[in-house]
Amino acid sequence: MNSTRRDWIFGTLGSTAWAAVAAAQEHARQSVEQPAAAKLEFFDTSAASDIAAIAEQILPSDDGPGATEAGVVFFIDRALTTFDTDNQNIYRNGLIDLNERRRKMFPGSESVAALSNAQQSELLRAIEKSDFFETIRIHTLLGFLGNPSYGGNRGSVGWKYIGFEDRMVWAPPFGYYDTEAK
Amino acid sequence: MTAQFKPTELVDFVVIGAGAAGGVVAKELSAAGFRVVVLEQGPYAREKDFSHDEIKFLFEGGFTNNTKLQPVMFRKNEREPAIAKKAIMYGRQVGGGSVHFTANYWRFHESDFHERSLFGEVPGTAFADWPISYNDLEPFYTKAEYDLGISGLAGANPFEGPRSKPYPLPPMPVKSSGVLFEEATRKLGLHPFPAPMAILSQPYRGRGACVHCGFCEAFGCEVRAKSSSLASVIPMAEKTGQCEIRPNSYVRKIETDAHGRATGAVYFDAQRREIFQRGRVVVVCANGVESPKLLLVSKSNLFPQGLANSSGLVGKHLMWDNGIMASAVFEHPLNEFKSIQVTRVIHDYYAADAKRGFYGGGGIDARFQYYPAGFALAGLPDDAPRWGLEYKKTFGEYFTRTMTLLAHATSLPMEKNSVGLDPEVKDAWGLPGVRITFENHPDDVANLKWLLEREHEILEAMNPKKVWSVAPDPVIDTSVHLMGTCRMGNDAKKSVVNRYSQTHDVPNLFVVDGSNFVTSARQQPTATIQALAYHAADYMIRAAKSGDLG
Repeated sequence: MNSTRRDWIFGTLGSTAWAAVAAAQEHARQSVEQPAAAKLEFFDTSAASDIAAIAEQILPSDDGPGATEAGVVFFIDRALTTFDTDNQNIYRNGLIDLNERRRKMFPGSESVAALSNAQQSELLRAIEKSDFFETIRIHTLLGFLGNPSYGGNRGSVGWKYIGFEDRMVWAPPFGYYDTEAK
Repeated sequence: MTAQFKPTELVDFVVIGAGAAGGVVAKELSAAGFRVVVLEQGPYAREKDFSHDEIKFLFEGGFTNNTKLQPVMFRKNEREPAIAKKAIMYGRQVGGGSVHFTANYWRFHESDFHERSLFGEVPGTAFADWPISYNDLEPFYTKAEYDLGISGLAGANPFEGPRSKPYPLPPMPVKSSGVLFEEATRKLGLHPFPAPMAILSQPYRGRGACVHCGFCEAFGCEVRAKSSSLASVIPMAEKTGQCEIRPNSYVRKIETDAHGRATGAVYFDAQRREIFQRGRVVVVCANGVESPKLLLVSKSNLFPQGLANSSGLVGKHLMWDNGIMASAVFEHPLNEFKSIQVTRVIHDYYAADAKRGFYGGGGIDARFQYYPAGFALAGLPDDAPRWGLEYKKTFGEYFTRTMTLLAHATSLPMEKNSVGLDPEVKDAWGLPGVRITFENHPDDVANLKWLLEREHEILEAMNPKKVWSVAPDPVIDTSVHLMGTCRMGNDAKKSVVNRYSQTHDVPNLFVVDGSNFVTSARQQPTATIQALAYHAADYMIRAAKSGDLG
């Protein structure tokens, strides 16, 4: 546990009470069973579609399931009302600032979600060093690769994408080089 | 039927902290017939409470200290203001850090106990010899290995000290990272050995063998194959009928009488009621941060600068969890997410060598310690994109094809590095929050740079597709190896406890955990913490039986 990069893991999401994590998992089970029926609790419809568009830029679906298929926006929505309420304001303020910037960069545009792919990319490049973007980035990765019980990584699409499988029991040989050595 | 004592009962030993050290002490004392109450601030979580949930146990902190309830303040030195930061982390539960640790379990070398005599002075530090030798501790390392269940291969590490017995269990099966590491290090003339691990390679004393699920580091073992004190010595202690583990009991003060003897501990129970547990002897095993903190808050008229702190050294000489990683990606999948984190180690670079121009040295192991989201967020090269299709493709390709090397390294003891009480910030129970003051010695930074070069050499010798690392950053992140703060020594002016972890000032007060360490050796301290715990318990039993502890 000696990485020089461990900072962000412990700082980012803040500490939480147990009950909140359990609540998140309870609620999220619903979205796993009935993906289409997952209800938004924090984002309104337009904020959700903007966040979903950003998440899709972070993890696109060009080469296989991405943020959209994994249900990242539902993960984030649930996180912000359960174990990560601390970050609600960063989203509220971040979306306001982002839409202001969008109107300046793309006059006449209606929403982040309505921008073209190239425009969305340009917009995000303009904010990629911000705390807001980094928070969405982290949430997107957790929503893609975290346990499906939280509402993301639907059908384990994220895990399948990286070649990970959550099992209790494995047996050697484990990979190519120890198989070869045998 | 486990024991249950009334707080008003004068039990023989009150142990504070049910972690790596506390579990051992509790078991030894209760097995010797003494009545023991163990006060643990955290909950008594068990296997059913553990799961492969990266969000819960890594991102949300799992059973580690919660800085919202127990704030940690950090500053590099006295000239800087302290900021809120989780600069230290420990396992806050029955079993302590031994529940979530990676389970590395090699012994310190003979040289570690008298490195000051071997190497010489390191100016600007409190570099010193230990008051005990490897030979003093050897029987207790052996006892720990057999009680807990350690897998390894005696004699495979040419730098290890003499052993009275082999490991009780054979080594764990090698992983691809271990195979690649072994080939490369042998090519370089080095001596790889199977990693000694506190993980059962075979069924042992009623516990089943490891099933290679991959979730060791940061997670509790659902099948009791990781040899935490929770899985091993704590149940042994409870079975004696003489030991009560009392969780959710946060000690706020050790009480003393007019003669300066410890009389017991005041703690907050789960309902925040204050309760006084009486004991003939108090043993503090609360870890290298919580133990000095407790002594400092236990000040009284007789001990105005903190209990057992006549030396002024309680909390001083904090040593840090210094290490450095390098990674490589290969053509074919290693699947390092399966099975334990570490299977091979070298200690060829362990010993200090003045010719390098700095005090240092370290072990290097072959491992993979990332879980899915953590890898995507922190495991990639710095020059990889951080979002978008190329980013996704990179972590998608790299996750199963990457391994890392970790060098476990030195941390010099300096009096100015410390655990203290924050003058303003309080925790949720009204106790002072801890204030950590720490910065690395230049030799420790030079050592990390040097070890990083060695890691690059080893990884390049594996012919990977790419090698990457991050330069050692003198701004420290989170330390999980908490050492030095109740230093062991023969001179009561220069140390807090004696060779038996008994405080110099208070004969019926012991402190035994990582805080005893005189030097850091090369980290991964649990094996040595537990050997010290067996060593101290052995003395406590003899002294208590002959009436020396009152």
